Amino acid sequence: MVDVVKEHMLSILKKGKRSDARGFEDFREIKIEYNISKSAEGSAKVSIGDTEVIAGVKLELTEPFPDTPDEGGIMINVELRPMSSPDFELGPPSHEAIELSRVVDRAIREGHALDFKKLCLKKGESCWMVIIDIYPVNDAGNLFDAAGLAAMAALQETKFPKIEENNVVNYKESSGKKLPLKAMPLCCTVVKIGDYFIVDPDNEEEKEVDAKLVVGILEDGNLCSMQKTGEMGLDANELEKMVDLAIKKTKELRKVLSK
Amino acid sequence: MVNVTKRIDGRKQDELRPMEAKVGIIKRANGSAMFKIGNTIAIAAVYGPRELYPGFLQHPTKGILRCEYNMMAFSGSGDRVKPGGSRRAKEISLVTQRALLPVLDLSAYAGAVIDVFIELVQTDAGTRCAGITAAAMALADAGIPMKDLITAVSVGKAGGKLVTDLNYLEDSEEGGVDLPLAMSTRTGQVTLLQMDGILSKEELKELLALGKKASEKIKEVQVKALLDKFSGKE
Repeated sequence: MVDVVKEHMLSILKKGKRSDARGFEDFREIKIEYNISKSAEGSAKVSIGDTEVIAGVKLELTEPFPDTPDEGGIMINVELRPMSSPDFELGPPSHEAIELSRVVDRAIREGHALDFKKLCLKKGESCWMVIIDIYPVNDAGNLFDAAGLAAMAALQETKFPKIEENNVVNYKESSGKKLPLKAMPLCCTVVKIGDYFIVDPDNEEEKEVDAKLVVGILEDGNLCSMQKTGEMGLDANELEKMVDLAIKKTKELRKVLSK
Repeated sequence: MVNVTKRIDGRKQDELRPMEAKVGIIKRANGSAMFKIGNTIAIAAVYGPRELYPGFLQHPTKGILRCEYNMMAFSGSGDRVKPGGSRRAKEISLVTQRALLPVLDLSAYAGAVIDVFIELVQTDAGTRCAGITAAAMALADAGIPMKDLITAVSVGKAGGKLVTDLNYLEDSEEGGVDLPLAMSTRTGQVTLLQMDGILSKEELKELLALGKKASEKIKEVQVKALLDKFSGKE
C-alpha cells in the first residue's frame, strides 16, 4: 500500500524544503517566559513554534535516601494531559509519557545539572527534593526538546523558600537563594525521514518519522544521555551525523536560555 | 583504586561474560528462548500471531508487536522488586518493542498481534539487552519472518575504560557510562540505543565499534541455540 502522506512529505524534503518552508536544520521560533506560576518555587513556559510546554519546580524538605545520606535529589514527571492533543487520553500515564519523563530526567540527572550534595542540609536527616513537573499545553511536535528546555529554564529561576523554626518550610517567603546549578544539559532531537535528517519536527513530520535520536548535551559538547526511538534502525554513520547535528543545534538553544 | 589493567571480574575490556542460550524452553508458547549472560538470566515467550482484541487496536495491513518486560520479584540483587510493573519496566517494554520491530515482516498478519513476554529470573545488569537477545531467538523459534536476528549488549565506561557488557558493579559505578545497544549485525542497523553518563563524541564512536564486535559473538550463540533445536539434536 502506498502511503500518500509520506510520499508527499518526501517529495517536499527532496526539494530541500519542509512543509512550513523551514530548512532541515531550522528550529521554529523559541520563546521562554519565566515565572508563570507564583505558587511554584520556579517556573517557565517554553514555546517552540506552536508547541507550548509549562514546567514548575516545587521544593520539598525531606529525609535523604538511605544510600545517599548526604545528598538531595530530583524527580521529573511529564504529564501528557488530554488538553494538549487529541492523541492524549485520560488515565494512567502511557508508555510514551513515561519515556518522555525518563529521557528528560536522564539528561538532567546524568548531566549533573544540580549539585546534589549542596541540597543536603543535615546528613541523614534533611535534604531538599527538587520536583519538576512538566505539562505540555499544546503539542505541536518536538515535546522532548521543549520539555528539556522548560525544565532547565524553570530550574534556573528556582529559589529556595524560607525555613522557619523546627524545619518548617515557609513557602510564602523566598530565601532569595538560587538552586545550586552546576551544568546545563539540554535535549536535542534529530529525526530521520526517508534519507533526510531534520531537527524540531512538527506534528505532521513526527507521524512520518522513521527513526529519532534524542541527545542530552552539555556546554562543552559532551553527551550525557541518548535515546533512540522510531520504528527503523540507524547505522553508525547515521548516528554520528545525528549526534553532530544535535551538538550544533544545542548551541543555539543555549543562547535562548541565557537571554 | 580501580585496577587499570583488568576489570572487577578479571575480564578484558572487550570481553563478554560467559553466555548460554536455549531455544524452545516453554512448550505452551509458539516460540521461546532463554539467554544467560554472566549472572543475568532472561527467558522470553512468543504467543501469536493471534487475533487482536479489542478490534480498534488492530492494524488493517500488518500485524502488531507487543512486548512486555518484567523482573521477577526475587530477581533483584537487593530489595524485593515490587510486582505489578514500574515506570522503568514500561519504558524498557517500549524500547524492546522498537528494538525488535525493524527486522520483522508482519505484513502477512493484518488484524493480528504477536505478544512477546520477557521475564528476568536472575539479574546482574544488562537485563534489557539479555531480554531482547532472548526475545529475538523466541521470535525466530515461533517462525515469524525475520530479516535478521537482533542481538543486544550493553557497552559503556567503567574504571575509566571503555568496556563491553557491564556487570552490576560496573554499571552502578559513580561517573560510569551505560549504553545499551541492540543491532542487526547483518545490516549494521542499530535498533536500540540508550545512554546515561558523560561521554565524548569520539568515545561514542569507539563504543559503537565495541558493541558491533560483541554483537557478532552473541549472534553466534543465538544461531547455535536455534540450530541445536531445529537440527534435531535435542
